[in-house]
Amino acid sequence: METLVFGCLAVTALTMGWLVFVLGSMARVTFALLAALVCVGGVTMLLGLPYLGVVLVLMTVMEMVIMAVFMIAYMMNPAGLMPMSMVHNRYGAMAIAAGVFLALAAGILLVPWPARPAGEPPADTTFQLGEALMGTQMLTMTVLGLVLLSTMVAAIVLATARGRYDRYGDRLERRVPRDPAAGGTGGAGR
Amino acid sequence: MTEGTAPAWAVVATPVLLTLLAMAARSGDALLAAREAGRPVTAGAALRPLLDIPRLLAAQPRRTPVLDRLLWRTGVLVVPVSAVLSVLVLPLGHGAAPAGLSVGVVWFNAMEVMTWAGLWLAGWAPNAAFALVGGYRFLAQALAYELPLMFALIAPATAAGSLRVGDIVAAQHGLWFVVWMPVAFAAYLLAVPAFAFFGPLRYPAAPDIAGGVLGEVSGPDRLMLTAGRWLWLAAGAAMAVPLFLGGGAGPLLPGWAWSLVKTLAVLAALVWAGRSLPVIRADRYLELAWVVLLPLTIAQALVPAVVAMAG
Amino acid sequence: MTLELVLLPAAGLFSLGLYGALSQQSIVMIMMGIELMIGGLITAAAGFWHFLAPTAPAGQVLVVAAVVAMAVEMAMGFAVTTAVYRADRVDMADMAGELRG
Repeated sequence: METLVFGCLAVTALTMGWLVFVLGSMARVTFALLAALVCVGGVTMLLGLPYLGVVLVLMTVMEMVIMAVFMIAYMMNPAGLMPMSMVHNRYGAMAIAAGVFLALAAGILLVPWPARPAGEPPADTTFQLGEALMGTQMLTMTVLGLVLLSTMVAAIVLATARGRYDRYGDRLERRVPRDPAAGGTGGAGR
Repeated sequence: MTEGTAPAWAVVATPVLLTLLAMAARSGDALLAAREAGRPVTAGAALRPLLDIPRLLAAQPRRTPVLDRLLWRTGVLVVPVSAVLSVLVLPLGHGAAPAGLSVGVVWFNAMEVMTWAGLWLAGWAPNAAFALVGGYRFLAQALAYELPLMFALIAPATAAGSLRVGDIVAAQHGLWFVVWMPVAFAAYLLAVPAFAFFGPLRYPAAPDIAGGVLGEVSGPDRLMLTAGRWLWLAAGAAMAVPLFLGGGAGPLLPGWAWSLVKTLAVLAALVWAGRSLPVIRADRYLELAWVVLLPLTIAQALVPAVVAMAG
Repeated sequence: MTLELVLLPAAGLFSLGLYGALSQQSIVMIMMGIELMIGGLITAAAGFWHFLAPTAPAGQVLVVAAVVAMAVEMAMGFAVTTAVYRADRVDMADMAGELRG
């Protein structure tokens, strides 16, 4: 039964992953990728990691919806109504990808994997993860936190074209910053 | 208590109960509308909106040019289906939940995030300007409500030391979480109409854009999407009870009855507030959510964390 | 289920993503390929944890790291796309040539 569910999830994930690079409509492309990643979350749950699986689903849904917005904002042909090719070096990429898959598959099938160790997995794997992140893996957790914080700062610096002189005036004389759009702490929309 | 498995019929009973709650909310809303309009507040006024169900099932669907039918149907179905899936982790009273997932709170959150995908698709797929504006409006609103909601959900889970909804109910033995987590409760209640795009937060489906995400959808699809809206309102009210209001705890009545009474009370309050408050624009709500609510909910989450450390 | 059975689809997802990342011109589509590759990695990491070291939490931490990598890749990818688009009105990797030596 477990194997059957896993097979369905794996086949769906691979099909959807393939459709990502076949479909024309950007909305469909994004949601094909979402379906593939939700299947990955399902596999993760099936393998006994319910917390990580559900979090993966939660995160990818939010990510993909935001991604759809960016795709449609930047792509020339977001709805795929005019068929056009947006690829380069297609056959080279195919050859490399096929080569990588064959090498990985050979490794997977040829390496003598060790047998499953005697110990049973803990009853609550979420607890195991939390204890590790707050204990032995504290350094990993701290680094991940710092990476996320610097990502937030860097992404905002890169994405915004306006600095404090645009917001507060050339002499920084405004008390309330002036922004083109409301929704922050600025003075627009009031 | 929380380890037991629910009987098989609970998998059917929970969705049926949720649907009944959603219908009750719809009828209550119609009664409030009748009172506002000066019409007689009768049983007929309460039942009239339910006539929409056969009417929409039989209606001829309207189509827009160059629509994306697959995505439209997906989006319209995702909203009610995820609402039903989200409540499967809720225990009825003191019993076990139909799906006693060890990560119930995260499951509810993940299902609620599914409405992001559903509503954006419902806005994008009909290839109509106002519907698309509605879809984008929901995303703006979603970015606003999601973070305070997440911290509001974390607070009771931290206090209980578990993500299982049944354990959270058990941890409130004696003192309901609403008493010492009022900020989290308020932030949660503010998020419920946001993901149900209802009342003051019906901005994605507001009348100024001709119904927004609901503007083009018709026939059975419209039934599904509007049902999803009311189902989510009911699901949000149902989740508030085990998280903050002690689940099935209460004197005299059995646990399941107390769960229902409390859910109905929360639902009634939400419907009444939805009728009484004006629509708030997403940019204003975003400012409120990120500048005011987010720091407050983080500070609120600190309280159970400190208590858990000390205790 | 066996470890090989889990690893093969993971390798498939990784290769599909690699093909996309190499062949697509649009920056956002390249990011989709990378997401798919990380999806394959997560599947493999979960498989390794389940079949080889279920008692050690480090395998789970690897999945967490991959999920964080996914989020960081998305945020920085969109930020770079926005910056490139704002500077040159370009959304294709071939046309963004400022760093070409």
